Amino acid sequence: MQISLSKENRPIVVASLFVGVILIAGTAYTLSTTGTAPLLSVNYLLQQLQTGSFLGICAAGMMMVILLGHIDLSIPWTLTAAAMTATAVGGDLAIPTALGVGVCVGLLNGIGVAWLRIPSMIFTLGVDTVLRGLMVAQTGGFAPQDRATPVMLFLAKDRIFGIPAAILVWAAVSIVIATLLTRTGFGKSLYATGSREGAAYLSGIRTRWVIIGAFVISGVCAAIAGVLLTGYSAKAYQGMGNAFLLPAIAAVVLGGTHILGGKGRYVGTLVGVILIVLLNSVLSIMQMPEAGRQIIYGAVIIGMLLVYGRNQRVTS
Amino acid sequence: MKQSSTRSSDLKRWLSQNTGFAAALLLFAILFLTYNVLHPRGFSSAVAIQNANETVAIAFVAMAQTLPVLIGGLDLSVGAVMTLTNCVASELLTGSPLQILLGAVLTLLTGTLFGFMNGCIVVYGRIQPIIATLATGAVAIGLALLIRPKPGGNVDDDLSWALTNSVWDLADTYGFADGGEAWWLRPFADIPVPFLLVVVVAVIVWVPFRRSVTGRTVYAIGSAEGAAYMSGLPIQRAKITAFTLAGFLAACGGLYLAIQTSSGNADVQQAGAYTLNSIAAVVLGGTSLLGGTGGAIASLVGAMILRVISFYFRILDIDPLLQPLIEGLVLLTAVSFGAFRTLRVKNQLDLFR
Repeated sequence: MQISLSKENRPIVVASLFVGVILIAGTAYTLSTTGTAPLLSVNYLLQQLQTGSFLGICAAGMMMVILLGHIDLSIPWTLTAAAMTATAVGGDLAIPTALGVGVCVGLLNGIGVAWLRIPSMIFTLGVDTVLRGLMVAQTGGFAPQDRATPVMLFLAKDRIFGIPAAILVWAAVSIVIATLLTRTGFGKSLYATGSREGAAYLSGIRTRWVIIGAFVISGVCAAIAGVLLTGYSAKAYQGMGNAFLLPAIAAVVLGGTHILGGKGRYVGTLVGVILIVLLNSVLSIMQMPEAGRQIIYGAVIIGMLLVYGRNQRVTS
Repeated sequence: MKQSSTRSSDLKRWLSQNTGFAAALLLFAILFLTYNVLHPRGFSSAVAIQNANETVAIAFVAMAQTLPVLIGGLDLSVGAVMTLTNCVASELLTGSPLQILLGAVLTLLTGTLFGFMNGCIVVYGRIQPIIATLATGAVAIGLALLIRPKPGGNVDDDLSWALTNSVWDLADTYGFADGGEAWWLRPFADIPVPFLLVVVVAVIVWVPFRRSVTGRTVYAIGSAEGAAYMSGLPIQRAKITAFTLAGFLAACGGLYLAIQTSSGNADVQQAGAYTLNSIAAVVLGGTSLLGGTGGAIASLVGAMILRVISFYFRILDIDPLLQPLIEGLVLLTAVSFGAFRTLRVKNQLDLFR
């Protein structure tokens, strides 16, 4: 039987199949070495997804920006700045503060990219450096409070009906993003602006506001991830966001979103995040040294994209 | 009279075509002269040598980044390739002069081959450069960690000394030109060797490349790939060459870093920082991230601007805690000058790509 797949869905199906392959290969390995199959236990998978939720939320925000054909390199220090400011403020205002930081950074990025027309690659990089400078200056002279608040601890570590709260937060963010993309005018404008900004502008879309909106969402997502990560590690610290930038981009692209914008489904990003999280956990079960991990990680991205991420040949 | 007027119009045309580069050059000149005036031992060979040493690696990596940017892509693996070659060099640059030479050649070959692989993935795999090099960058870091799990290395001391000091020291170490006292060496004796190395590589690699058909094709691809294809230009060859040369130049940076620090260090953070700084240097030099305009010499100036800014912290009494903030603000302000373009466009649609 011939199964026909639309071009949009192919990456999602292939990536899902690969997630299956990772699970089977990992289980075969653990069965042959220790005779157990931890990868197939629900509890273990939930635990992995719990740690994966930080990456998942970052990737959700990153996807909005990539759909526009832009990129947000300021995620690491937006995440860190939101977390550090939130813990410094503390109390009930901590989480609103974090979100506020995310909104401000997003606005700044959006203004630089949409109005000043500076390439997002370099502007968000500059914002990232400035945020790092601010955080170094803030924490250098004295030690502000860096303990996670009880709400953060609850969101990151506790379980509701057996499901980690972090996963529920990730699910909530996912639902909001998916609804935005498929059911609202903003979502349609996002795809249109990402495909061809000039055409979108001529058809009456206020593309500048769309760009700003996408960057604000990205900033807020990074801030949410910062809040959760602070709860998970019980405190905020410098450099806590460094490990999320490149995997977030990789997850979005592995999920079939085109890096030049205009194409991609949110389900793909979800599958991409799950793929990266499971790949990491299988490699750590195998006790693969860092060198091998990096090589396999790179090879998997290239391999997957060779299967479904190839461009059209330029012929005119 | 007539001749001088054509010359001034030539200059005007060059300026209007290379506004970004001219501005970068001017900015660098002002920053560097002010730095030397403020420095207690300014305009001396020792200061120049120190400055040159700290600029070489980022200068090479910035030049490497330029080529993929010119074709409208981006190479996120330059920092990683530099780290990989740095680790390779830290293993090989020791023994007899012949062995050292072979080691240096092998190091450069490693980077070149890695760049060639990037090019092949981009051209034949038809994967976007930015994401392909993101992945190969991880592979390069993995290989570097494989070669050198812990920082360290074994680099010939004479070589390390000779190449990180003045021309006189180079001649003195290897005993040519009467140990540096020959009359014909006098005018050059105080020039820092690292500076010469960058200039030599730029002149024998970049300048001929830019004039070749392949080099011109690189520019054509960045301006309009479809048009370049229809004109029968060798697109695939140009793209592969651009990435290969990027690998080679990144390897020059890695090789020099090994000579300068006498060690190799497979540091993921350092690799990432070099990659991001290389993009900043390319933009500061006036090369457009959209491709088609700019050049490696411009990125060289961009890299020097980045470095001079950090030199200022040594002579000015600035709280070290504020340094990263000031660096970031300067970078952000510098790139924001590109926004003047938006004031000049007559048609709103020209703003969109």
